[in-house]
Amino acid sequence: MTASLTRSTAKQAHHMRRRHAKARVFAKFCGLVTWLGTALLLVLLWQIFSDGLRWLDIDFLRSFPSRFPERAGILSALAGTLWLISLVAIISIPVGVATAIYIEEFGGKGKLVKIIDINISNLAGVPSIVYGIIGLTLFVRGLQLERSLISGALTMSLLILPVIIIASREAIRTVPDSIRHAAIALGGTQWQTVWSHVLPASFPGILTGVILGLSRAIGETAPLIMIGALTYVAFVPEGPMDSFTALPIQIFNWVSRPQEEFHELAAAAIIVLLVVLLSMNSLAIFIRHKMEKKLQ
Amino acid sequence: MSSQSINVETVTTELDNILEMENVSVAYAGNYAVKNVSFNVARNAITSIIGPSGCGKSTLLRCLNRMNDFILDASIEGNIRFEGQDIYAREVDAVEVRHHIGMVFQKPNPFPKSIFKNVAWGPTVNRYQGSITELVERSLKQASLWDEVKDRLNDSALGLSGGQQQRLCIARALAMEPNVLLMDEPCSALDPISTAHIEDLMFDLKSRYTIVIVTHNMQQASRVSDYTAFMEMGNLIEFDESERLFTRPSNQRTEDYVSGRFG
Repeated sequence: MTASLTRSTAKQAHHMRRRHAKARVFAKFCGLVTWLGTALLLVLLWQIFSDGLRWLDIDFLRSFPSRFPERAGILSALAGTLWLISLVAIISIPVGVATAIYIEEFGGKGKLVKIIDINISNLAGVPSIVYGIIGLTLFVRGLQLERSLISGALTMSLLILPVIIIASREAIRTVPDSIRHAAIALGGTQWQTVWSHVLPASFPGILTGVILGLSRAIGETAPLIMIGALTYVAFVPEGPMDSFTALPIQIFNWVSRPQEEFHELAAAAIIVLLVVLLSMNSLAIFIRHKMEKKLQ
Repeated sequence: MSSQSINVETVTTELDNILEMENVSVAYAGNYAVKNVSFNVARNAITSIIGPSGCGKSTLLRCLNRMNDFILDASIEGNIRFEGQDIYAREVDAVEVRHHIGMVFQKPNPFPKSIFKNVAWGPTVNRYQGSITELVERSLKQASLWDEVKDRLNDSALGLSGGQQQRLCIARALAMEPNVLLMDEPCSALDPISTAHIEDLMFDLKSRYTIVIVTHNMQQASRVSDYTAFMEMGNLIEFDESERLFTRPSNQRTEDYVSGRFG
């Protein structure tokens, strides 16, 4: 009997048509959901831009907050956010990546590593307001760092460390053992192996985790309110011990006022926040792309 | 880690065994993969270890440069001596052992870096004193890869063919100027032409290096090696000059295996 490519019986043919139909319906459904999300985002963006764009000018970036909408600006908030995010990066990247390296490369399979592992996974799910309380107790009061940039940065670093650690561990784990063995067999120490081969090969993945973490930190409001950054700040912070405010806080502040103009100012501040966020991400993607090219 | 380096200068010429194994057993989590194996590796010769899959030949090979150190539940008993010195002695640094005993793996595993950096990395981290550029050229020539790559040393090693990658891995190991080169089924991922290439290379290297090769290919073992060890189920069944082991084995099981009746 020769094999036939057309279904012989009507029943078989009917069955085949149903299978194809199911596949098409599922593909359509996935497409629809994807577009729904995108459309929602576009509506949101359009609303923000139509509200805020007319307030957005150089004076808006150069002025301090004010009771009068036409004089109000985001200078202190923007400076605070840039300060905050730089400090968070300086604190969280080395600590996060070092932790990931320790757990994956040096920690072995002991009980201690298992406990750390479980704790980190749990910490990733803790609400941000709880981190705010920890920051308030530990840094603001405990270490007496007051309501300073460094308190905010330490609190935010705690918040995003799990994200960076988990992503870095994933990235380190994707480096094949054959590379480690090659380096060890060439008389490299374990540290030389990690530094010269494992880290460069996992760099793109680590960078992705760092971007995710920093993006979250830049938009978080609750922990900052908790540690007392919700104040009127009419100066640009000059050092990590200065008190500060940040963009999400300024937005929160303006949105909670009754006047329509302040709502529009909030929209303008959101645009600025988005620009900061997007330019940070594009820079990271650019670096990652270059690194990936070099590795190939 | 402070270490007492293995002293190559103490070598006496009448000692013609560079590696000695005495009652070596290896267990993974209590299961013995290698049982009580003893034989010696002659200097400037090729010794091959053959046997069916899972007979413990790769495990044994990886003991010779302490690559099993990273397998957490592996335990090694017995004595392995390099130039008369116990490589598992407390005062011996494993990094130093691997400096003298290099290794080429089953699957080519070049670093995702340039051809030049692949060869230069080992000597660089081990503080090689001479000119790295000359060393890279010399090593690539020894591995008979130089002519194929000399115009693209800064290209990625991942762009080479499988056979070229394996020869790069050999060049990389040679750049460490080791005394012994361990090869773990170095041709199993390669086509016949690349395999012939690497076998020719082994002949050339014999005058300067001692080679221990694990292979499941008996033709290869009989073609290239001076001595052959036949292992089965973790036991050493027979060790002899290759010519004798493949033509007049003294053990019935060796004869069954080399004549292709099983395995």
